[in-house]
Amino acid sequence: MHAIEKILAKNSGRASVRAGEIVTAKVDFAEINDLYLQTVTSFYEMGGETVWDNTRAAFVFDHYAPCPTIKTAENHQAMREFAKKNDLRYHFDINTGVCHQVMAEAGVIYPGMIVVATDSHTTTHGAFGALGTGCGATDMACILLSGEMWFRVPEIIEVRLDGQPPVGVYPKDVVLTVLGKLRADGAVYKAIDFTGSYIDSLDVPGRMTICNMAVEMGAKTAYMQPNDAVLAYVKDRAVRPFEVMHTDEDFVYAESHLFDVSAMEPVLACPHSVDNVHPISRIEPQGIELNQGYIGSCTNGRTSDIAQAAAILKGRRIPKFARLIVVPASAAVLQECMDKGYIQTLIDAGATLVSPGCAACLGTHEGILAPGEVCITSTNRNFCGRMGSNRASLYLASPATVAASLLNGRITDPRRYLTRKES
Amino acid sequence: MQTLLTGKVLVVGDNVDTDIIYPGRFLELTDHKQIGSHCLAGISEDIAPSFPKGGIVVAGRNFGCGSSREHAPIALINMGAGAVLADSFARIFFRNGINLGLPLIVCKGISQRVKDGQTLTVDIDSGRVCVEETGEVLQSEPLGDKAMEILQAGGIKPLMRRRYQRS
Repeated sequence: MHAIEKILAKNSGRASVRAGEIVTAKVDFAEINDLYLQTVTSFYEMGGETVWDNTRAAFVFDHYAPCPTIKTAENHQAMREFAKKNDLRYHFDINTGVCHQVMAEAGVIYPGMIVVATDSHTTTHGAFGALGTGCGATDMACILLSGEMWFRVPEIIEVRLDGQPPVGVYPKDVVLTVLGKLRADGAVYKAIDFTGSYIDSLDVPGRMTICNMAVEMGAKTAYMQPNDAVLAYVKDRAVRPFEVMHTDEDFVYAESHLFDVSAMEPVLACPHSVDNVHPISRIEPQGIELNQGYIGSCTNGRTSDIAQAAAILKGRRIPKFARLIVVPASAAVLQECMDKGYIQTLIDAGATLVSPGCAACLGTHEGILAPGEVCITSTNRNFCGRMGSNRASLYLASPATVAASLLNGRITDPRRYLTRKES
Repeated sequence: MQTLLTGKVLVVGDNVDTDIIYPGRFLELTDHKQIGSHCLAGISEDIAPSFPKGGIVVAGRNFGCGSSREHAPIALINMGAGAVLADSFARIFFRNGINLGLPLIVCKGISQRVKDGQTLTVDIDSGRVCVEETGEVLQSEPLGDKAMEILQAGGIKPLMRRRYQRS
């Protein structure tokens, strides 16, 4: 069996499972974000009274942090009441950050577990050897009632990434390159196991970026075998004992895709599709002018991402009519970036700092685009209308490419500003 | 559950994401009728107000990709959609739609065989799909047992109510 299958088997009380079977599995942690008052509504509609386990469910208020409208404030109010009434052990209010980052920091994510959240980017937790998957509000309400969810055991695709990246190529470039090949529906209903020497040596933030984007290929979940960096991260944080699962030697993948990371270059996903991926060497000569840059999100809002931008922007200043929105993924990330001086560097460069959360990534507030505007962003989706007007355009890229591009007012290869040391 | 559906068709393309079905700027809404009034606002705000009751949305590949927002199937249902037929569906959207009792039927090639405003008849039990104007018949793929069980119960809520509601 694959490690993912072993997790599903363990949590459904079976000796083994195989692709295509439907199993009902225990959920180790359930997270509800603040878009989903419907979860509470559905919970009561189905006869719910109290949450199945008050130590295994939490709200994260990240999509509206802090609230931009009276209606969102009312939604938060009702969710806080529900959290109080159920005496939920964990509660992540507007002062914490994006759910996938704050859950990892709080130690509720660890290898071998199942985490389900009302957020498609829950695939992120494959970075820790956990089975993470997204669901909707009513599915979540069923979990809050029963502590379980039904799963179709997925076929598993291997994406093997070998070699070390050249200067200017970051985990975002790597996963966008994979996405460009597998396409937006390349892994629908399936799981992706990222393997290879690049993944074996990759740090925790980079692993999270890559697993985060697995859902943009339609994946149900993602997986990476935990490495030393992951084990060091969870060692002092994990709130429960855990078991690292290992894939059997004789496991056969449904498909295998091989990539040589050392041959990659910085890339962008161009409007309006995540799989419309092109190398920067082909896009830069087009001289695409920019109105806004955005660095943040559960994809690329961590300290190492903000460090990439700060390295390029240090001692420089963005053009007069450009905007650079910076959104740390969590309060802990913000604190670390302050301690390391990155925030000062970015403010000096003319950036606008937004409080930790999802902010404009999904077009709700704090950086919305006008018709005709063009934004380069380190987020995960460039769908039409995603960050505001249907007539705005979004380019997805690494934080380094965002910083270099904003600095120049047009899409720019970050390698122009990088030495080997900075990368 | 009604297993024989007839409705006027609205055709959309491939990779219609949940931001197109229900843009982020409306996510704060919780009233289902209001949510329905903004369905497919990512294409045009004019679609929902004039959508025929029981109409059928026909799509290409990967319908409902992107965000897990349940607002997307809530919007489709409250706009009046009786079913969605597509080459394929994104996973979270598929679960959400079935959970709410919205028939989501995989019918390969359907978006190439039918035009806006034509009438489709769909027999969920047999999988037979007929374009009334041309008489063309297509065979859709069967729903899985689990999905069918939920759909036949009228969605996951009645199923769970039976287990958890105190009488």
